Amino acid sequence: MKKGNPWLYMLFWVFGSFLTLFPIYWLFVISVKPAVELFSTPEILLKDVYWQNYIDVLNDRTLRGYMVNSLIISTGNAVLCTTLGFFACYALSRFNMSGKESIFFWTITNRMAPPAVFLLPLFLLMTQVYRIGDFSLLDTRIGMILVYCTFNLPFAIWTLRPTVDGIPKELDEAAYVDGASPWKVITEVVFPLCRPGLAVTLILTWVFAWNEYLLAATLTNFNARTLTTGLSEYVTTTGTEWGIMAAISMFTLIPALIIFSLVQKHIVTGLTFGAVKG
Amino acid sequence: MQSRMLGWLLLLPTLLILFLFGVVPFIYVLYVSFHDWNPFAANPEMVWSGANNFRRVVFDAGFLASLGVTVAFVFFAVLSELVIGYALAQAFMKDFPGKAFFRTIHTLPLIMAPIIVGSIWKLMTTPSIGIIPNLLDSWFGYDLNIGQSAAAAFILTVVMDVWHWTPLVTLTLIAALVSLPPDPFEQAQIDGANKRQIFWHITLPMIAPAVVATIFIRLMDALRTVDEVLMLTGGGPGSATRYVGVHIFKEVFPRTNYGYGSAVSVIVLYLTIVACWLLYVSMLAPRNAKKG
Repeated sequence: MKKGNPWLYMLFWVFGSFLTLFPIYWLFVISVKPAVELFSTPEILLKDVYWQNYIDVLNDRTLRGYMVNSLIISTGNAVLCTTLGFFACYALSRFNMSGKESIFFWTITNRMAPPAVFLLPLFLLMTQVYRIGDFSLLDTRIGMILVYCTFNLPFAIWTLRPTVDGIPKELDEAAYVDGASPWKVITEVVFPLCRPGLAVTLILTWVFAWNEYLLAATLTNFNARTLTTGLSEYVTTTGTEWGIMAAISMFTLIPALIIFSLVQKHIVTGLTFGAVKG
Repeated sequence: MQSRMLGWLLLLPTLLILFLFGVVPFIYVLYVSFHDWNPFAANPEMVWSGANNFRRVVFDAGFLASLGVTVAFVFFAVLSELVIGYALAQAFMKDFPGKAFFRTIHTLPLIMAPIIVGSIWKLMTTPSIGIIPNLLDSWFGYDLNIGQSAAAAFILTVVMDVWHWTPLVTLTLIAALVSLPPDPFEQAQIDGANKRQIFWHITLPMIAPAVVATIFIRLMDALRTVDEVLMLTGGGPGSATRYVGVHIFKEVFPRTNYGYGSAVSVIVLYLTIVACWLLYVSMLAPRNAKKG
């Protein structure tokens, strides 16, 4: 499988990377232009760089708050989904429960719902039903962490299933024979062995939660507003402030980019979506 | 017996959360779908209308058209993603300088928010200020206008989806290719099989589960796409890119037809589940069952 001229491949990739990177480059170009220049004929190359949009974004306390919300919500959601997904997969993989394959399929149907129409029921449920005394889930970080589970938890279960299935049952049994408790077997034997799969699940659920827009736009107001919804605040009646929007977009990219490049090496090992490895 | 209890205990939090934030809202939507309801009107009461909304949906030319374009969109997008994703995955199996770096670059679109992807593509393609119409015009004299040409708008949404989601397909297929044992390939080469034969008779059958699983997840997500397309084309021109997700959004938000929107959602969700269930039962479940 390792034939051909490696430099030729590299040339191919340099070209391919241009296609992939161009929209991101263009986002950057827009973000470093003053608003007036946006409406002149576009030039591919940047002539001068105008950092004001970035400075405006960084100086905006509201946006900084949104970023903190985004970080807390997506991290909380990713950790919750990966942990619960792992427990669920362990149960589905090791115990002989009736109807477990139906449950496995049912979980993913939660991800299939067309989002637009579910916004209002969620809004009503969170204000009126899911409340304790004066505390309602609407516009809270914990509420958003839980709501994002509807699409991220099924995803976590489906990505983790093959990983957990792939750990030999004999290992659990050996540990039980040695007198370990089920909790110890799950956390100290199986969990560490699933690390590549868990890492991928954690990253992807994090990215999905970080990027979510529709639900956050409807279910948050100020306290739990996220960075992606901050974007829409720059589409005003007097026109869209594209430069600021592009600068905010660049800020949403950076954390995802850092996390993604850190785990790039492991990401391939854990991704199989409910399929069994050949 | 004891251990089965433990199994249910481990599943309990998942089932509880999905029930509260998935099933209960669905039941509510189902309830609304049998009513006429405009929550923002002067009289925001739900009026029982029986199966009227469903009757409307089935005879609604707008919905049927949107179903048609959705199927076309999902078909072209997912197929192109598979072909390009497979080619990229196969190319990443070779060794070349800077491989890790290029792989990182090719996963970048995946980490971008759909709403941002929609905005960038809109900025790049808006006539007069966008870079793409400008370049096409000065290089080929071709006038790209997604506000007027239905075909251009449709193709552009497909291209955007392919740009955004091919990395996910590439990653899954790399994962599948990496896990393949080398023996069958060596044997086939000794037997003198050519590249095409190796692909059809060895590679494809062995990575089939991963391919099906990828189709599954992409199909599901492509069917419910809203924000990207809404941002790029707003569902237009006409109804060229009014995919079902966009159709529902437009019925529910600007027009506040909650009852009708709910009925469409119930039908779309049902169709999606049936399509995915058939795919799952016929392709994936047998393999999982054999293993477990």
